[in-house]
Amino acid sequence: MSTPGTGPLVAARGISKSFGGVEVLRNVDLDLAVGEIHALLGENGAGKSTFAKILAGVHRPTQGTISLAGSPVEIGSPIDAQRLGITLIHQEPLSFPDLSVAENLVIGQAGGSPLKRVRWSELAENGKRLMSLLGVAIDVRQPMRGLSIADQQMVEIARALASDSRLIIMDEPTAALTPKEVETLFVIARRLRAEGRTIVFISHRLEEVRAICDRVTIFRDGEKIETAPTASLSDADIIRRMIGRPLGEFIHRGTSHVGAVALSVSGLTLPGRFENISFDVRKGEIVGLGGLVGAGRTDVARAIFGVAPAASGSIAVNGKPVAIREPTDAIANGIAFVPEDRAIAGIFRTLSVESNITAAVPDRIAPHGLIRRAAEKAIGLEQVRKLRIRLASLRQPIGELSGGNQQKAILARWLLSEPEILILDEPTRGIDIGVKAEFYEMIGDLAAAGRAILLISSELPELLALSNRILVMCEGRLTAEIPRAEATQEAIMQAAVPRSGVHSHSAGAAA
Amino acid sequence: MSASEQRQGVNQAGRESAAAKPRWKILLVRPESVTFVLLILATIVASHLSPFFADLGFILESSTYYIEFAIVALVLTLVIIAGEIDLSPAAMMALTACIFGTVLKAGAPVPLAMAASLVSGLALGAFNGFFVTVLRLPSIIVTIGTLILYRGLAQVLAGDKSIGSFPSWFVGIDYRMVGIVPVPVIIFVLASIALGLFLGITIYGRQIYQIGTSEMAAIHAGIRVRRIKMGLFLASGLVSSIAGLMTASRLGSVRYDLASGGELTMVLIVMLGGTYIFGGRGSILGTFLATWLLVIIATGMTVANIAINAQLTVMGLLLIVSIVATNWIYARSQR
Ligand SMILES: Nc1ncnc2c1ncn2[C@@H]1O[C@H](COP(=O)(O)OP(=O)(O)OP(=O)(O)O)[C@@H](O)[C@H]1O
Ligand SMILES: [Mg+2]
Repeated sequence: MSTPGTGPLVAARGISKSFGGVEVLRNVDLDLAVGEIHALLGENGAGKSTFAKILAGVHRPTQGTISLAGSPVEIGSPIDAQRLGITLIHQEPLSFPDLSVAENLVIGQAGGSPLKRVRWSELAENGKRLMSLLGVAIDVRQPMRGLSIADQQMVEIARALASDSRLIIMDEPTAALTPKEVETLFVIARRLRAEGRTIVFISHRLEEVRAICDRVTIFRDGEKIETAPTASLSDADIIRRMIGRPLGEFIHRGTSHVGAVALSVSGLTLPGRFENISFDVRKGEIVGLGGLVGAGRTDVARAIFGVAPAASGSIAVNGKPVAIREPTDAIANGIAFVPEDRAIAGIFRTLSVESNITAAVPDRIAPHGLIRRAAEKAIGLEQVRKLRIRLASLRQPIGELSGGNQQKAILARWLLSEPEILILDEPTRGIDIGVKAEFYEMIGDLAAAGRAILLISSELPELLALSNRILVMCEGRLTAEIPRAEATQEAIMQAAVPRSGVHSHSAGAAA
Repeated sequence: MSASEQRQGVNQAGRESAAAKPRWKILLVRPESVTFVLLILATIVASHLSPFFADLGFILESSTYYIEFAIVALVLTLVIIAGEIDLSPAAMMALTACIFGTVLKAGAPVPLAMAASLVSGLALGAFNGFFVTVLRLPSIIVTIGTLILYRGLAQVLAGDKSIGSFPSWFVGIDYRMVGIVPVPVIIFVLASIALGLFLGITIYGRQIYQIGTSEMAAIHAGIRVRRIKMGLFLASGLVSSIAGLMTASRLGSVRYDLASGGELTMVLIVMLGGTYIFGGRGSILGTFLATWLLVIIATGMTVANIAINAQLTVMGLLLIVSIVATNWIYARSQR
């Protein structure tokens, strides 16, 4: 397992990659040392995932060589990578939704003859052990389908741990996790490092990079700009290298005039998911909804939008009770919902970027049922510019965009629909620092224009910066309502952590 | 803000001008390209096998049997792109044609009997649609069930004997010509154009692709998924009854086993046209081309005295070749 000598574990030289004539990586040299945690940083579409996928055998480089522990290797497929001890935790969790969590945990593992019996009880035992290591309460016998994004992410992480690899690449593993899960992940990452494994960590959150990464490599536009020890660069240095300009600070102006109640839910209950949820969102108000992964925030949002309606309770829009049985009912009432799970509930993977962007506004591109290509293109271009979506062409399938750029396209879809009530579930998942600030600006503008906004986010700074008021959920119940003036990270976490676990914040990791 | 504006401009220009995929590559991965190539090959081979093939009129005349299925296959293309399937159209053709025959035999005038057939086609489609959109059952299961049910009902209604003696003006639609083109072919071409436009330039066509690509995403985007699917099953029922009437006219009589086995021919045409059986990709042009491919191969082989069972083998092989080729090209374009 350990590598002899002191040379790097991975030495990539002159790596380039093109997709259909568009070069997305240019001549990248990168060394990964044994037993280090190495961050890859860069804007959306800078080439981080592409580089990660090359290491993991998903893509073949157009040019360049990779050596592993001193000897050149050809990583032709993910199976090769597995055999070489390289595991990738994908940005978009890839799983087999109909198989159980336990089965997903062992997928792709080599070994065993094809006719050997599968020991189901052993499989489940192993799964349970892994999940408790991560401190997450997921029943390993349930199917993957229906797990939240964060839980899917945890399963992916557990799968990487199970594989006993010497290089583990984590592509934005924390994007949907709350501080508690992130802390657990970090405890594990540090332990892996102590065992001499190498970890590549991709994230858009600088504070996380500071917390665990020994060195950082910064990508911009497919080129490697710099590799340096984390401590030697200030945040401003990093940002300047990433986006080539200093970042404007987002300041919540708080100018929006809070008006009448736009959305009111009372006594919303879905057994096993959430119970007796009541709150109002007023026009011009941004209400944050915080809580740990699995607290039921997404379930509440899905109930309001009619994807999985509540069993009891009522919803009123502008003071009038409404019956929302499916999303079209919600949309008819002026509600929009940006789901957290963009891969499944958001994008049309093989369809063009423009048809993805305009999917929720058919009337604007086809006033009389006939699509006006010019109008559609104009709308698409405007959004691409506004949100700085990086693409080769509007006709390109959206699946070819980087994760963050896909997310921007989905945001654009809903901003276009100009909803009265906007529910955002982890809207900035995977979005880079530069665009985030602009997105916050847009949300602020929407509120100022009298829209009601419900913001679900696992990123506490985001909740604190944007919300007028923060609701906190814990285990399916609302546990706190914190006005802006009193909102702090501590206050939110206090209400978010279940009573039994309040005393030790590393309870999850210790379990 | 101005700095960022400027940067966007640069970024935009840089990226947009970075040449996208070359045009020929885009053309190559279009789903109907393989069909088109096969069509040309088949024409060349067939015209070597038999001099009859120089005669366009001959091909058109011999196409009328397949054209009835092909008209239904046009609608089936939409159903499949939307991520569903309908295996009952051939049975619907039979049942609605038997209803036509029965109503006619009871003394009603032809227009009334035709109306009865069309309305019953809609009703049968609605029945399929109800199970799929309201009870949310998989369409493959539902329509395998109704394929048997509808055929059974046709037998119950018409017995084992054929119902005939239609008024002479109703019989022989395949012998009515406009120039050298039989009327069914004209109907097929017009239907292809209409449905091609519907799929290509209307918002409903767009939404059909979206539903087939990801039903979950479509629901979240507020697309009326169930309404559109119901519409497609209704259309399938309606077009089946039209095709059933055309068959009745061509044969001059109806029996419960009319168009038997036709569902496979329809699915064959749609898949041969490059439409992806699990939804989200496909085109009317593909189905149109695949129809002529089928017609040319079938007539070519008949003219060359190749037995019917050998013809089936060739069709099967062809389907496999076209699927493998399409997938291969698609996969190559992705890496
Ligand atoms: N299969 C593909 N076909 C065409 N272009 C692609 C493909 N995969 C990635 N790209 C392009 O390569 C570039 C880099 O993408 P990549 O996913 O590596 O970005 P990233 O740095 O991971 O961004 P993010 O932070 O958004 O995840 C993007 O411009 C993207 O559009
Ligand atoms: Mg990425």
